[in-house]
This record gives sequence, structure tokens and C-alpha cells, in this order.
Amino acid sequence: MIDCQGLTKQYGRLRAVDDLSFRVQPGEVLGFLGPNGAGKTTTMRIVAGFLPATEGRVLVCGFDVEAQATDAKRRIGYLPEGAPSYPEMTPRSFLAFVAEARGIAPDKRRARLEEVFHLLHLEKVLDQTIDTLSKGYKRRVGLAQAIVHDPEVLILDEPTDGLDPNQKHEVRELIGRMAKDKIIVISTHMLEEVEAVCNRAIIIAHGKILADDTPKGLAARVPSKRLDEVFRSITGGAAA
Amino acid sequence: MNGVVAVMKRELASYFATPIAYVFIVIFLVLASVFTFYLGNFYERGQADLAAFFTFHPWLYLFLVPALSMRLWAEERKSGSIELLMTLPIEVWQAVVGKFLAAWIFTGIAIALTFPLWITVNYLGSPDNGVIFAAYIGSFLMAGGFLAVGACISATTKNQVIAFILSVVACFLLLLAGFDLVLNFFSGWTPQALLDAIASLSFLTHFTNISKGVIDLRDLVYFALLIGVCLYANTIVLHLKKAD
Repeated sequence: MIDCQGLTKQYGRLRAVDDLSFRVQPGEVLGFLGPNGAGKTTTMRIVAGFLPATEGRVLVCGFDVEAQATDAKRRIGYLPEGAPSYPEMTPRSFLAFVAEARGIAPDKRRARLEEVFHLLHLEKVLDQTIDTLSKGYKRRVGLAQAIVHDPEVLILDEPTDGLDPNQKHEVRELIGRMAKDKIIVISTHMLEEVEAVCNRAIIIAHGKILADDTPKGLAARVPSKRLDEVFRSITGGAAA
Repeated sequence: MNGVVAVMKRELASYFATPIAYVFIVIFLVLASVFTFYLGNFYERGQADLAAFFTFHPWLYLFLVPALSMRLWAEERKSGSIELLMTLPIEVWQAVVGKFLAAWIFTGIAIALTFPLWITVNYLGSPDNGVIFAAYIGSFLMAGGFLAVGACISATTKNQVIAFILSVVACFLLLLAGFDLVLNFFSGWTPQALLDAIASLSFLTHFTNISKGVIDLRDLVYFALLIGVCLYANTIVLHLKKAD
């Protein structure tokens, strides 16, 4: 379970995340929605243990991400915004590094890596340096890095950004397949993505939760039953 | 230890995956030889030793080592890969030590590749190989000191040029801490004890001691402490920079 309790992040005078509390249970695929600058990435960075919260705390599978960082991080797979990696490495060497750093036993490493390469269709580019790969492949390398240790919790910051429609479809299928026994949190501003993969959506703006519901429940809030209209009516009011 | 080894291997491999390794090694070897033969008057001295070679090491390191250390953390910050590194289940100090060791091993390789010079003096005469061995150890330790200072400074910025310039300045001050240039600035208003303490920080004094063939425990402790303190500071900087 992810348990966020009163998360607040203050950057100087800017309050990027403002007293955010929510829980996510296994089997849930939570879509984090919001306009740019709403605090999505900041929240995900805090949950993944990269940024310390100014106030509040996060428990991942019962471990505090700051006080018991290593135990919490072992259970998290994280795709940072923009899927950064080491451009001079090849996907093969990069993922081998992640597998080793994540403490996957040497005898199991090879089989697991083969499995991940196959899941994300990386076989063709394994020995090319990452800086020569297309945006879609880079994103898939990032996803591979996030799932290599088969984590209980997946935090994916814009996992389908920069992918073509076919690749988007594939990644969404992959997320759907993994969803059964995992906790997955994805951030996106593509509403069709929420409808396609999420069974719960949180809309945030200015660091606050404005709505927390199933995609269907959200859509039912407007007569047209269209999610983009709900999004506009909820976040448009907050921006004014 | 898993984390230290994984980070070290990755970092070391990345030197050789980019031109950095080859450029560094070639420039280091060329400059070391030029200094030895032209500025150091290797032949004219008429002595079979490597003093002319080791005298210039501190000055070579002053520019070359910061060029190596500047990217250690600044590049991770710039490219965003630090977000990946810091969300792996490893402690911050393990990443710090892993990166430092990789850079240190790399400079060790560069230093070791000067072995033809050692063979040359043995061909030309009969040098005291104990002294030469000690000087190699001293040179390696000094490179570690420079690297640790540079790594710590690299962690404070995402700009490699800034990291380079600040590291050169910091290393220059440490190099000359025992000389009037630096000491005059402090003398007059600081107590003698502090003045002595600053003077004892000098890289050059400690390196010169070792390169004469005297491996004194105090000089070893000096370099070990310097590296330890800098890596500790490096870890603290990374923790502090997390919040913003």
C-alpha cells in the first residue's frame, strides 16, 4: 500500500504540493491528472524517495520513504519524468547495472533481463548506445529499468510521453497486465490514457486534490460524460 | 557493498565508453613525458632516477584531475540520471564511494601506463627502485586527494565548467598551503597554531616526503583523512541538495 499523509512541498515561497493525503491499494491503477505545474511530478518524486517532503510522510508497503529509504526503494519501480538514463551506455549494460544495483542475484539476473528485454521489445537495440535510440525506445528502456526487479509498487511519470500510437497501446497493455497484483501510479495529461488503463483518477491543481474517483464516476459528473470536460470544469475553476 | 561495486563498475565502464578515457590517458602521458624530458632535463641531470618525472605530477594533476572529477556529479544532475541513481535501493555514501573509486582506479591506470619510463631508467643505470615505487604510491595517493576534492565540488553544481574551475582553485590552494603565497594571507591575524595547521595541509609537502622514498605514517594518514573528509562532505552535500 502507498499511504501519503499530509504531504507538503515548499520551494521558497511556492507551495508545489499542499497537504496531500491519499492511499493506494494493490490492484489499483491510479492516474494522476492535472494541468502542467499542478504538482504531479513533485508528488511522484516524493513518493519515490527522491525529494524529501517539507511536511508529512509517505509509507510504501509500511516503510517510511525517508526514514527507511532503502527498504522502501527496494519495493518501488520508478520511471522519472523524461526517462533519464546514461546516454553512453547500451540498454544491455544499463539494465545490467540496474539489476546489479537492485541486488538481483547473479544467477537470476540473466534470465530476468532476457524476460524484460522481451516484454519491452528491446532485443533489436540492445547493443546500440542509448543516445542513438529514438524517443520511443528511450522511454521503453526507462520502463524496463523500472520493472526489472518486479516491484510491488510502480510509479511512472508520463510513461507514454513521446510514443507513437502503437507504442502507447503496447505500454498500456503492459501496464494492464501488471496491474492485478501491483500498485501502479501513473501521471499523465492524456485523458484517454486514464480511461484506457486506470481504475481510479485523482485530479490535482496547485498541489491540492480536487477530485478522487473512478474514471467513470468522474465522467458522470457532467451531462456529456466526457472526461476532458470534467477536467476542464474542475481545473479551470482552480486556475481562475 | 553491492551498491558500491555496481556504481563503480558502471562509472568505470562509462569512461571507456566515451573518448574521455583515451583523451585523458594520451594527454597525461604526453605531458608527463614532455615535462620530464624538456623541463625536467631528464638526460642532462645525468642521474638514473625519476625525480624529474615526479616533480611535475602535482602540476599535471592540478588541471587534469579536475577535468576528470568535474563530471562525476554535475553530469548526473544535468542529465537527470541522478534521479535514477538516488531512487535505487543503495545508500548515498555507497554511490559516493563507488564513483570515487572508479575515478581513482582510472587515474591509477593512467599512472601505471608510465611504466616505460621506469624501465628506461633501469636500462640507463641502476636507480633505487624502492624510491621510485614509493613515489608512485605517493603520486597515486595525491591523485586520490585531488579527486576527492573535485568530486565533492562537482556535487554542488550541475555545471561542469563551474565544477572544473572551483576544483582547480581549491586544489591550487591545497597544493600551496605550505607556501608563503597562501600563508602570507593568513599570517598576522591568525594564531601560530592555526598557521601551522594550514601549512600542514599542503599536498606538496606530503607528496615530496613520500617521493623521496620515505613512506611516513603521517603522510599516509594525511591523504587518507583528506579523502575521507572530502567524501563525507560529498555525501552531506548530496543530502542537503536533495531538498531543492
